[in-house]
Amino acid sequence: MPLPGAKRWLFTGIALAVLLSFFSDSFNRYYLGIGIDVGIAIILAVSLNLINGHTGQFSLGHAGFMAVGGYFAAWISLQLGANAKAMFPVSLLAGGLLAALVGLTVGVPSLRLRGDYLAIVTLGFGEIIRVIAQNTEAVGAASGLKGIPKFTNLGWTFGLAAVTVYTITALVNSTYGRGFLAVHDDEIAAESSGISTTRYKVVAFVTGSFFAGIAGGLYAHHKQFLAPTGFDWLKSVEIVVMVILGGMGRTAGVIGAAILLTVLPEFLRDFAEYRMIIYALLIILLMLLRPGGLASLLTLKRRSTV
Amino acid sequence: MDFQQTVQQLINGLGLGSIYALIALGYTMVYGVLRFINFAHSDVLMLGAFAAFFLAPLVEKMLGPQSVFGAVMVFIVAAAVCACIGMLIEYLAYRPLRNRPKLTVLITAIGVSLFIEFTCQNDAVLGSATRSFPRLLPEKQFQAGKLIFGSTDLIVPLVTMTLLAAMWLIVQKSKIGTAMRAVSFNQQAASLMGVPVNRIISFTFGLGSALAAIAGILYSMKAPGIEPLMGVQPGLRAFIAAVVGGIGNLPGAVLGGLLIGVLETFAGGIPGLSNYRDAIAFGILILILLFKPAGLLGRATIEKV
Repeated sequence: MPLPGAKRWLFTGIALAVLLSFFSDSFNRYYLGIGIDVGIAIILAVSLNLINGHTGQFSLGHAGFMAVGGYFAAWISLQLGANAKAMFPVSLLAGGLLAALVGLTVGVPSLRLRGDYLAIVTLGFGEIIRVIAQNTEAVGAASGLKGIPKFTNLGWTFGLAAVTVYTITALVNSTYGRGFLAVHDDEIAAESSGISTTRYKVVAFVTGSFFAGIAGGLYAHHKQFLAPTGFDWLKSVEIVVMVILGGMGRTAGVIGAAILLTVLPEFLRDFAEYRMIIYALLIILLMLLRPGGLASLLTLKRRSTV
Repeated sequence: MDFQQTVQQLINGLGLGSIYALIALGYTMVYGVLRFINFAHSDVLMLGAFAAFFLAPLVEKMLGPQSVFGAVMVFIVAAAVCACIGMLIEYLAYRPLRNRPKLTVLITAIGVSLFIEFTCQNDAVLGSATRSFPRLLPEKQFQAGKLIFGSTDLIVPLVTMTLLAAMWLIVQKSKIGTAMRAVSFNQQAASLMGVPVNRIISFTFGLGSALAAIAGILYSMKAPGIEPLMGVQPGLRAFIAAVVGGIGNLPGAVLGGLLIGVLETFAGGIPGLSNYRDAIAFGILILILLFKPAGLLGRATIEKV
């Protein structure tokens, strides 16, 4: 098989999701909630990994795209009313597509250039999304969007998480996808070999934004409430920490970090006020000592990028 | 908006813009020598404001309330403290990464920034509550025709202009300034010519951080509420100002700062637009990146192998 890793992920994930959703009524609601949080975190971290890890760009606005997808999907569900349940996949998809479209408009001006412009533009973009959400009456303005129906369950979350992991690993491991790694390794060399670096960067960014939008839709129908301040740049930083901790460009490591960083804070509530300080120290120390992240601790054999 | 209001807004805008310009100088100088965005710069600004907050009562005890000499002392000591902090950050976090990919340094800078912000927000350190900034100088109102402006509105541009002139002298005329320009032009060649690159980079951080501290105090004099995240917004605007003017270009940073300060102040005065005030600087950034990515005063360069 050409892509044993990716197919295995997809199969395991979907099987797990279907299996779990049968039993979801018998679970403790609290643990069920954490389970869904984990699935959403996996989608966010893996999609950001395509931008920050595989392609070597640096986006700080992933929460912004999550907000775009979440607000749009929730708005559609509220407009549809009674039919919303059947149309849930459509509203999720619409949220993802709008996030991708916004990603295209933000990505094109900043990705044409070399250097750190993407970081600052996406940081600002997150801020703009917050300002817009705060001033738009249709999505509840500053008081937030309330009364979103609860459609997200374990099945949808892990099914879509598996699709995300599969799509991104398959994309990166395809012939076309080698271009992402080339852009990451050496932009000048890639360009001299006839690779359109801008196009690859934009494709990575738009794909990542799309999945962030999907994650946002799941999040909206899980929490049933969206506040403009919930998608500030600390949320983006949280996703960035997952990618860095897991190891940029290491899908398995990133998934592990997403699970760890979602579950651990639930058990360490007493340390909540130190959480962000620890995240910050973690970023600095990892960069100084282990830029490959946790995955690089287990350098047994490096197959592909899976 | 009539003529009088326009002039009033222009004065406010230039005051705010000159503070942005001071901060932007720090970003652009560091970018010049090391080619990365020093995200922690905006937190040095906050630390400068807090240094002044704690110094002011001490100075008041020694020299009496709101004396001019006391205010100058507060500025100088806070700037010195922040210069040391800036150099320390460079030494601990950035110097070990000198030969690593730029992305690694950028991520570290974000980590340093978050570390300072959240450590200061902890109740054991500074706490996240907003504190009121002490009045360093007596506040007087001046009236020229129908225009009214306070003494702070005059002090801010005055201090900024003096510092900008001093900066110009340091960078263009002094020996260490020549070395700074050499390092930013070509680090390797500069080191071969006997320029102590590490010391120059350290000096650049110190200088930029001192300017950030002074900008932080001036900013707090205009809007006297300080808290550990106060540096984030002016820091972002100042960075955008540096890009708009052409990153790495000192006069460009000043031009960009003034431009953003004025546009933002005018947008704040227009009903309907005022809610989107925070978004204006980013709108400008996107436009510049689309149409003149090298910045207003920057020259387009091609990266060579």
